[in-house]
Amino acid sequence: MTDIAIVGAAQTGYRRRIDDANFSEMVYEVTSGALADARLDIDAIDNFITVSNDFWDGRTISSMAVQDACGSSYQGGRNVSTVEGDGTFGLLYGMMRILSGAYKTTLVVVHCKGSEGNMRQITNGMFDYIYTRPLGIEATAAAALQARRYMDRYGLTEEDFAHVSVKNRGNARLNPHAQLAADMTIEDVMTSKVMAAPLKMHDLSPISDGAAAVILADRNTASKLGRKPVWIKGIANCSEAHYLGDRDLAEAPALRDAAHRAYGMAGIENPFEEIDVVELYDAYSYMEPLWLEELGFCPRGKGGELTRLGATAFDGPVPVNPSGGVLSAHAVLVAGLARVIEATLQIRGEAGERQVEGPVELALAHGINGPCGQSHCVVILGE
Amino acid sequence: MSQRVGIIGFGQTYHRSRRDDVNGVELINEAVRAALEDAELTIDDIDAVVIGNMDHFEAVNYVDTWSVDGSGAWMKPLIKLTTGGTTGSTLGIAGYHHAASELFDVVLVIGWEKNSESDTTGAIITCSDPIFDRFSFSGALPGLAVEASTYMKRYGITEEDAALVAVRDREHGANNPYAQLRKPVTVEEVMQSPMLSWPVKLLDICPRSDGAAAVIFAGEQKAKKLSPRPAWVLSTSVRHSHSYFSDINYEEIHTMQEAVKELYKNVGIKEPLKELDVVELYQPYSFAGLKWIEAMGLCKPGESPRLLRDKVTHMDGELPFNPSGGVICTNCIGATGLLRIGEAALQVMGRAPGRQVPDVNLALSTGFGGAYWTDLMLLGSRPW
Repeated sequence: MTDIAIVGAAQTGYRRRIDDANFSEMVYEVTSGALADARLDIDAIDNFITVSNDFWDGRTISSMAVQDACGSSYQGGRNVSTVEGDGTFGLLYGMMRILSGAYKTTLVVVHCKGSEGNMRQITNGMFDYIYTRPLGIEATAAAALQARRYMDRYGLTEEDFAHVSVKNRGNARLNPHAQLAADMTIEDVMTSKVMAAPLKMHDLSPISDGAAAVILADRNTASKLGRKPVWIKGIANCSEAHYLGDRDLAEAPALRDAAHRAYGMAGIENPFEEIDVVELYDAYSYMEPLWLEELGFCPRGKGGELTRLGATAFDGPVPVNPSGGVLSAHAVLVAGLARVIEATLQIRGEAGERQVEGPVELALAHGINGPCGQSHCVVILGE
Repeated sequence: MSQRVGIIGFGQTYHRSRRDDVNGVELINEAVRAALEDAELTIDDIDAVVIGNMDHFEAVNYVDTWSVDGSGAWMKPLIKLTTGGTTGSTLGIAGYHHAASELFDVVLVIGWEKNSESDTTGAIITCSDPIFDRFSFSGALPGLAVEASTYMKRYGITEEDAALVAVRDREHGANNPYAQLRKPVTVEEVMQSPMLSWPVKLLDICPRSDGAAAVIFAGEQKAKKLSPRPAWVLSTSVRHSHSYFSDINYEEIHTMQEAVKELYKNVGIKEPLKELDVVELYQPYSFAGLKWIEAMGLCKPGESPRLLRDKVTHMDGELPFNPSGGVICTNCIGATGLLRIGEAALQVMGRAPGRQVPDVNLALSTGFGGAYWTDLMLLGSRPW
């Protein structure tokens, strides 16, 4: 349990290409939206965290483009910092700066335009330039290795993963922010174009443009606001080894470690029983069952079965990615914070058509950095 | 929650214009090993790792995950921050908040750059807005030249005045075994060095370096237990105002004025020249050593050349600046702000051989970058 609450949130719709807004205009939109959601004025924000990536933006010091737009320049300027990584890591650092006693509120804002970059070249850039980059490996090729290893280890099939795409793209039909929503069949996934075997087109998340923002506040400030605060009950991050050959890709020990510590903070002993809704970073279909295993929702190798039995369905005992998840909209960096926002909306009971049944008291959101989920951040949100 | 935080260890590489003998991960590892040795810790004692650089210099995306073998962040909480020139100071401030939040007790902070692998101007040029700014403010030099010439015209400052700053820092750098440029220069040599962009000449400006810095922060109890004399973090202040170089009023450095106002207020400093004991200024070129110290409130606008001529900011002066030789002697960009913090910490801990200022109680370190942004961290010998 921490003393930090999410008191405001906003996200753009996620689209393949947002032509009518540049980085700062997208950031201004969600900053204004989050302030309005929190019923706060920019005067009330004494700390800012922007999240961006110089490779995706094609600009060095990518945070520079959004300093005016996020409000950090307002009235002589306020304290600000910039995280380069998934939005959940921005949330974590924003939270630390309140816990340290330095600030009372924090705006965390993240943007990315996948449409303006070349995904393959940009993600090839995260591999070592001496040993692995020359192979041409990039995010999807690396993910295919992980999917294959995961299948081999537990005897899983491509159909097991197809169930995830069908479920999440189906859920996305209820989410107006989602980019890809579809009434798909297993066959649709199985017959889609092979991108990097065993992964096919519908196993992959799309390339998206979008932005998201949340406002954090300490207990004093949060309890004075009219809106119901959503508390950060636990949060933890962890990274494992870099080289794919140094890892068993059918495991995610960093996620296991982060989850263990986040559960400890939140007092969770049995995640399957206690957590009401999960928003995971499913950049590829196979990631959802793999991450669920390492988060302790089922034994190792049983993630696929969990999906097939409907346990993670919209109306199942633990709905996973009722928003449609990253498979339905993948603005890189933004996607983790979008998971946090979706979990927040579920706890508030304000998720509209995608609100899951029953009271949502505890929700899990998750973000990743690096190839094949090398570094993870787990966030537990609650009433 | 929240706890006081002290710096208990600092390590750096021997900075050079080119380190062909190591790759980036190995360079990082040199600084990490030095910092751990300095604090008498092992990597197992580290609870979290904070790292950063400027991506486009080495063209590595997700430097945090790529460098795990060198940083020691395997199976540890790991985060990357990047804010341009202010990256190093941004990292130090993040290390402070990691420990102050009580989420972590011992935090390893790493800043690094291998500038020899980059086209420095080619990498910096893309920070400017592509439509409105890039044609004029292309790279680091144009903004500095505009600032220097504006300042000269307004206050009748001469190029020779600025040269005094370069001469001072190069003299100081000769005392620092880690500095890249260790040969003193004269005013004449500065004046005769090649003109880059009027009035900024080659010896007015920082070099580009290969190097890394690592600083270890610890929560109050741990710091007291692990270090005989930690350098306590007393306050930080940051202003990253402006997205456009063309929006800046070059007659002042607004972010420094605002940041020092907040910092001095936080700790009750009224006469910085008297109360501060040493300053490690992120001073990318000589003119900043004049104009920016006026913005810090050390003297009235236009009067700083007198402080230089009277050697007030020299090693034996009232308020020594850059005993390490500063940025004019070493500039491994992502490490530069963290080197200021580390060197300031050494001064407080009394562990800066060859460049130690006597009896340091308050040491100020700064960061500079982006569109004339300022970061500050004040360190002290007492945690209150």
